[in-house]
Amino acid sequence: MNTENMPKSLRTFPREKAFYFFTSIGNYTGVSAASLREFAEKINEASVKSLEFHLYRGDFEKWMAEVVQDDELPSEVKRLQRFNLMGDALRNQLTTVVSRRLKRLTGQLGPSQF
Amino acid sequence: MKIKNDALTVDATDLKILKALQEDARQTYANIGKRLGIAHSTVYDRLRKMERHGVIKQYTAVVDGEKAGLKSITALMTIYTDPKESERVAEELSKTPKVLEVYASLSEELLIMAKVVAENQEGLHAFIANSVAPLPGVLRIRTSIVTKKFKETPFSITNDADKLHL
Repeated sequence: MNTENMPKSLRTFPREKAFYFFTSIGNYTGVSAASLREFAEKINEASVKSLEFHLYRGDFEKWMAEVVQDDELPSEVKRLQRFNLMGDALRNQLTTVVSRRLKRLTGQLGPSQF
Repeated sequence: MKIKNDALTVDATDLKILKALQEDARQTYANIGKRLGIAHSTVYDRLRKMERHGVIKQYTAVVDGEKAGLKSITALMTIYTDPKESERVAEELSKTPKVLEVYASLSEELLIMAKVVAENQEGLHAFIANSVAPLPGVLRIRTSIVTKKFKETPFSITNDADKLHL
């Protein structure tokens, strides 16, 4: 993809702006993501404990708003909190939301399908 | 007290002076001299030399943070590192005021251990997520928050009692 025309949400970030997956306060798993694409992959690598930790602290939406600067994902991800999802159900829903947004950003999905 | 190649070797008298100072760093040279049966000028000379050679690093106040009304939490971090980067990770941590102590250990893996203080759990997490996890070579981090302190003492001359013969 021509990087000049690339949506800003698809940028790759420097280490200090990457998302680091923790399982609890101060316990870093070694899994990190430096772009939204990488984030989508790492959702499947991170433990469900880590996904639960970050979703209900609001860390995902914060990173997507402040670093990725995506217009839609923060509210989409925040909405998942309302369903009290846990375990693989949470992983699946998060994967769906992020993958759908990625497809839209890369032009693989039209607006009507979103 | 001997100086060889600009390195100072402390003798039994120096150690006794250091012990006296560790008990009360505000006492006078005269008082230390009187206790040890040596002239206050000897105490003065020896102390200056030990300061110049870094045997005495600083004179400081030991503050009880709780009584001073300072609310903070202490945590112990174990940082698993890429061996090639561990030295740099330790050096970077050492530059941070929040990090009080940094050690390296080689057990099954190369580890960096560090004692860190933060204003609260959120502050601790933000520090580790924003300043420690992104350091190149950090593989993963285990953090334990201290809930109760049973003992904490700085290194004391009296720990090396054999040398003192007191």
